[in-house]
Amino acid sequence: MYKLSGVVKKYRKGGAVITALQGVDLDIADGEWLAIKGPTGHGKSTLLQILGGLDRPTAGTVDFDGVSLASMPERQVTRLRARSFGFIFQTFNLIPTLSAVENVEVALVPLGVGALERKGRAEQALAAVGLAQRLRHLPSELSGGQQQRVAIARALVKEPTVLLADEPTGNLDEGTRDEIIGLLERLWHTRGRTLIMVTHDTSVASRAQRVGLMRDGRLTVPDPADRSSA
Amino acid sequence: MFFVYLRRELRRRIRQAIFIALGLALGIGLVITVVAASDGVQNSQAAVLHALYGVGTDITVTEPPARGSSVGTTFGFTQEVKNIRTGLVAPGTKISINTLATDQYGIIKSGVLARVTRQPGVTGAAGGLVLNDVTVTGTVPQISVGSGAGSYKSSFTSGTFNVDGVDPADTALGPLSSGKITSGSTLTAAEANADDAVVGSGYAAQNKLAAGGTIDVGGTNFKIIGVVTTPQSGDPPDVYIPLAKAQQIGKNGSSALTGDVDTIYVTAASAADIPAVQAEIGKLLPSATVTDSSDLASEVTGSLSSASSLASNLGRWLSVAALVAAFGVASLLTMTAVARRVREFGTLKALGWPTRRIVAQVIGESLAIGLVGGAVGVCLGYVGTVLIGKLAPTLSATVGPANLSSVTGPGQALGSAASSTLKALSSGSHTVSVQLTAPVTAGLILIAVVLAIGGGLIAGMFGGWRAARMRPADALARVE
Repeated sequence: MYKLSGVVKKYRKGGAVITALQGVDLDIADGEWLAIKGPTGHGKSTLLQILGGLDRPTAGTVDFDGVSLASMPERQVTRLRARSFGFIFQTFNLIPTLSAVENVEVALVPLGVGALERKGRAEQALAAVGLAQRLRHLPSELSGGQQQRVAIARALVKEPTVLLADEPTGNLDEGTRDEIIGLLERLWHTRGRTLIMVTHDTSVASRAQRVGLMRDGRLTVPDPADRSSA
Repeated sequence: MFFVYLRRELRRRIRQAIFIALGLALGIGLVITVVAASDGVQNSQAAVLHALYGVGTDITVTEPPARGSSVGTTFGFTQEVKNIRTGLVAPGTKISINTLATDQYGIIKSGVLARVTRQPGVTGAAGGLVLNDVTVTGTVPQISVGSGAGSYKSSFTSGTFNVDGVDPADTALGPLSSGKITSGSTLTAAEANADDAVVGSGYAAQNKLAAGGTIDVGGTNFKIIGVVTTPQSGDPPDVYIPLAKAQQIGKNGSSALTGDVDTIYVTAASAADIPAVQAEIGKLLPSATVTDSSDLASEVTGSLSSASSLASNLGRWLSVAALVAAFGVASLLTMTAVARRVREFGTLKALGWPTRRIVAQVIGESLAIGLVGGAVGVCLGYVGTVLIGKLAPTLSATVGPANLSSVTGPGQALGSAASSTLKALSSGSHTVSVQLTAPVTAGLILIAVVLAIGGGLIAGMFGGWRAARMRPADALARVE
């Protein structure tokens, strides 16, 4: 699915050039669950953004299903994000003025899904994450765990080929963390999507098939042949 | 989703939305009030000009009185004054002298009127005579050696009124054109040589004259066939008589006025033709004063003129400043609102929302605020115009040739009483009172809608531009 070769990402910050990624090589297979572990500020999120088409590498190639994400026109990348990538963020990133079901519907808007179908699919997605009774609630009326469930439903509602989760349990207590990871694991098993998760939490990373370690912008990852079934 | 998202977002920042809408409303309301007031002032000016100038008249042609000529009112008293001073008229003799003469303008020969009529772009031209009827009555006093003109002062009384000779075949032009007959009838071609007169309503009321009565004009008894009132309470001619009769009984100094006129009223084929016609007449009569209504408008003085100046200068700039401020504040607040939603828009981009859709969302929100502001602004503007109608004082407009220096003549020797009357009349000034109204027209509402949409779009575009520039990775990395 993914083939990254010599990916470098540099950006400017306060006049200084920061190298976030220093020659990352990575292959990710279809349906794989890859966890990328590492301390904060060592390039995990940058790598995830490049994988999700939210950013472009300074150098190197990023192929997704045989096409180059790095050189793809912005309009096509946007379309790819709408269709193929489902994002889950640490801070949930729900629209505060929209209800749970409307927040999930938001993901279907760029796909041009009609209002009625949109609503039906959003309700199903919320039911799948156990929030069938919270459809009309605003994010402020939901707990952290419930908000992350809404975010997961939003990521899954469009049936993406890849789920990209950036510290999905980073803002949750231990109990809720286990609950969310359990949910993601179940969904990964039942739906067979590729799941790429960035985390600094070893117990979360250990649930993945394969765990890569990111340090100082360099990724160390076991050979795909070594992946173990969770 | 567009409208749900828009409505919820506006509800979330309702106070800011109200603030922006009110700012736009104030600006738009001010524009409506000022433009309506300005239109009202222009309407008033047009009404004044119509009253003073004639509804159908586009151009007026007059000749200045020739310097040193006998043009101007002489009263025909020169000889009588000489006679009194030299003792030929004995003290105690009762005198009553009446003259009807031109005194404002120079004479235009009738052939010129025909030539003006033939000019390209001229659809009609009519001649007129502006005359003064002056009657002095009294008893010649005993004159002692060394006594001045003041010694005559208490011995004579004078009565004056102004008389316009109008072409009855063409009353659609000239001073009668704006008049409305309130009783009797107007002059027609049938009365071209009749001793018939139409009296201005103000003069008729003042002197208890009515249709069916008579009036002495230049020593000739005229039958009053009608009373005319002008649209505004102006100071129109007191008496209108047929041009042919005015030429017959009027004088230019001591000369007869047979076939002469002193004013030519011209109608052009269209407003666009007026400058060309004006230029052609200027070539034909190099010394003539060729004025159109805009020239006359520039001569309008008084509170109407001040109001016009206030509306067109201070008012317009004030409303432009208010609009610019409102648009500026709206744009800044919209940009601030977008800045607060960086992560939200970053998330939408991550979910695959195209930039144009996010920009449309921001512009839609601003447009909605702009339309609400526009609607409130129309209401505020309407209230403003109603208040102007209720509270604005009655305005006055004065128009006059104000060429008093040309009004000279032996008549001044009669003393200050007669002289001052002469000056007042000779100045030819007309004062008209008008009630200022500020009409709200469909065009004005359209302007308000355009401004509201424009304000919303400008603010939205600034915000949208900011949203469009965001890179999703940067937006998502923003800490809030």
